[in-house]
Amino acid sequence: MQKQIVIEPVTRIEGHAKITIQLADDGSVADANISVTQFRGFEKFVVGRPFYEMPSLTARTCGICPVSHLIAASKACDQILSVRIPETANKLRRILNLGQWIQSHALNFFHLSSPDLLLGMDETPEKRNIFRVMEVAPEKARDGIRLRAFGQTVIETLAGKRIHPAWVVPGGVSEPLSVEGRDKLLALLPEAKEIALRTLRWFKQSMSQYQDYVRTFANFPSLFLGLVDPSGNLEHYHGRLRVMDAAGRIIADQLDPLDYQNYIGEAIEPWTFLKFPYYKPAGYPEGIYRVGPLARLNIATQTGMPLADEELAEFHDLERGAALSSFYYHYARLIEILYAIEQIERLLADPAILRKDVRATGGVNHHEGIGMSEAPRGMLLHHYKVDENGLVTWANLIIASGHNNLAMNRGVLQVARHYVNGNTLTEGMLNRVEAVVRAFDPCLACSTHALGQMQMEITLLGPDGQALDRLARL
Amino acid sequence: MSPVPITTEPVKTFKINGQDVSARETESILQAARAHNIDIPTLCHLEGLSSTGACRLCMVEIKGSNKLFPACVTRVQEGIEVMTHSERLVKYRRMLMELIFSERNHVCAVCVVNGHCELQSTAQKLGMDHVRYPYLNPQLEVDASHERYAVDHNRCILCTRCVRVCDEIETAHTWDVMGRGIGSKVITDFNQPWGESETCTRCGKCVNVCPTGALFEKGKSVAEMAKQRQFLPYLVSRREAMIE
Repeated sequence: MQKQIVIEPVTRIEGHAKITIQLADDGSVADANISVTQFRGFEKFVVGRPFYEMPSLTARTCGICPVSHLIAASKACDQILSVRIPETANKLRRILNLGQWIQSHALNFFHLSSPDLLLGMDETPEKRNIFRVMEVAPEKARDGIRLRAFGQTVIETLAGKRIHPAWVVPGGVSEPLSVEGRDKLLALLPEAKEIALRTLRWFKQSMSQYQDYVRTFANFPSLFLGLVDPSGNLEHYHGRLRVMDAAGRIIADQLDPLDYQNYIGEAIEPWTFLKFPYYKPAGYPEGIYRVGPLARLNIATQTGMPLADEELAEFHDLERGAALSSFYYHYARLIEILYAIEQIERLLADPAILRKDVRATGGVNHHEGIGMSEAPRGMLLHHYKVDENGLVTWANLIIASGHNNLAMNRGVLQVARHYVNGNTLTEGMLNRVEAVVRAFDPCLACSTHALGQMQMEITLLGPDGQALDRLARL
Repeated sequence: MSPVPITTEPVKTFKINGQDVSARETESILQAARAHNIDIPTLCHLEGLSSTGACRLCMVEIKGSNKLFPACVTRVQEGIEVMTHSERLVKYRRMLMELIFSERNHVCAVCVVNGHCELQSTAQKLGMDHVRYPYLNPQLEVDASHERYAVDHNRCILCTRCVRVCDEIETAHTWDVMGRGIGSKVITDFNQPWGESETCTRCGKCVNVCPTGALFEKGKSVAEMAKQRQFLPYLVSRREAMIE
C-alpha cells in the first residue's frame, strides 16, 4: 500500500505551497511534487484599470521584486504609448534593474542560503540561520548585509524608496538622476565590488565540499531560456530570447519577445494554481526549461564586463555542455552580482546619465503591449491588452518562479528520491527538500522574513490516513 | 484691489469650546471656527463653493440640544455654546471615515493621489488605523472616455465638489448625481460617457477640486497627481468684484 508525505504549508512564497511525497510499499519515493495552493488573481483584478496603473498594481505581486515588475510592466505600457523612450530613461531603468539583481541575489545567497552552506544541512534548525552565521563567520554576514544594502541604495537613490517605488512609469522614469545621487553610488561601488570578488573566491574554494549537492540538487537535462543582446551576450533589460539544450547547443536564438506565444505554452495541472510554462516546439512536459541566473550564464556567450567575463569563462568550464545542476544557481548568482556592479559603474560613468529628458508622453496608440525583462529569478513577462480608452481588458503575467515550475518539481522528486527512504522522517531530509527549492530562489524564499528557513510542515501519512510521523518548523 | 467694504451686518457673539468668539450673522459655525483657528475636519466643504453638508464630518454639538449640527450649514446664533471635539464627536467622525472607506474601493498604495489625498490625510488626522466594518467591495467602473481626464467611481466619496464647481464656477453643470443613498453616483450630462458630454468645457476644475483620486488627469502614475486649488478663491473674489 502506498503512503504519502505531505509538506504543508510551505509558506512565504507568493501565496502558499505544499510538497507531497508519495512512498512506494518498500518505503522508497515513488513520486513528489510541489503545488501552489493559493490563487491570487492579479490577471483578473487588473481588468478595467487604466494601463498607467499597471506598473504599480503589478509591482504589488512581491515586496522583494517590485522593481522587476515595474520594469516589465512599464515596458509593456511603453508599447501601448508607442513612443520612443529617452535613452537616459532606458539607462536609468537598467541601473535600477541591476540594483534589484544585487539586492535580491545577496538576500538569497547570504541571508537565506549561506546558513545551509556554512553550517551544513544537518545543523539543528535553531542554529541554522543568519544569526549563527554572524557568530561563526561574522565577515560573511557583514558582507551579505553590506552588499544587499548597496543594491537597495541603488534603488532608493534612483527611485526615491526601496520598496514599491513608483518611479518607473510608462514612457520612461518620473525623475532624472541628480549629481549627488550619482556621486553617492559611485562612492559605494568599490566596496561592493570587493565584496563580490572575495565572496566568489571563497565560494569557488569551498565548491569541493558541496559535490554531493551538485550531483543531487535538481541535476538533470533541461532547456535553458533567457534574454541575450544581438551578440549573444548577457542581457537583462531589452534583448531577445535564446534557447539552449542540455548539451549546450543553441537551438533557437534571437526570438522576438513579442512572439512568445508561438514558443512558450502554459500547461495547467489540477493539483496546483501555478501554471507550467514549457517550450512549445518540444511539447509538454518535454519542453521543460530553466530560467534565472543558471540559465542566463549557460546561454550567454559573454557578459561584456571584464571581471565578470573571466568568471563566466570559468563557469562555462564546469561542464562540457550546459551546467545542469541547480546547485550552480548559487554560483551563477555571485557572478551576476559582479556583472551588475560592473555594469552600474559603466552606466554611471556616462555623463548623459544626468540628462533631464527622461520621460516621453503619449496616449493609447496601440492596444497591446508585451514587456519582457530579466528579473533576479529569470525571465519576466507582462502582456496587456487595452481598449481605446486605455483600460485593461486582458492581462497575462509569466513570472520566473512559474517558468521554473516543471524543473522545481523534478528537483524535489530527485532530492526526495536521494535522501528520503523508509517511514521515518529526519530533519536533514526536510532541510534538503527545502534547500533544493531554495536553490531556485522562487518567491518561496524571496518574501521570507524567517532568516533562512521557510515555515514547513511534513506529515507522513499511513495508508489509512493516520499520521505516522510529523515534523513541523513554524 | 477695491477696499474691503465695511459691513453693517449684525454680529453674533457665542462660545466655541469655551472660547468667546464673534461672527457675522450670515456666517456658518465652520466659518466662525476657522476664523478663530479652531479646526473642524471637513471633506465636502471647499472655500469658494456653496456648502452642502454631505460628508457629516463637521458635525458639532450645541449645548442644550441632543442633535448634532453640521457646522458648514448651521448659522451662528447669539449665545450658543458649541463643542467641536467632544468624545462623542471624535468617535462618530472616526466611524464616518471607516464607513466611507468600507463603502467603495480605496486603495491608497496604487492611487494617483497617494500622498496628496484629502481622504487619506483626514483619515490619518482622525486616527483611523483600521476599518471595523466589512468592506462592500462594489464593482464600479472607470470612465476613461474623456480625452484628458478620467473618473474612477471606486474612489468617489460623493462629496459633490465636482457638481458644485461645475455648476457654480464654470456654470456648465456637466456633473450631477443620480440614484439614491449608497447607490448614488456622479454622472456627466444624462449619464453619458464623459468623453461624449456636450456640455463639458474640459476646464478641469472638477478634477482639481476632487478631494480623492476619483477624478484625475490621464497619464498620471501612482502618487503623481497633486491637485491645484489656488484658483478657486481667486475666481470667486474676481467674480464678486465684477458683480459689485
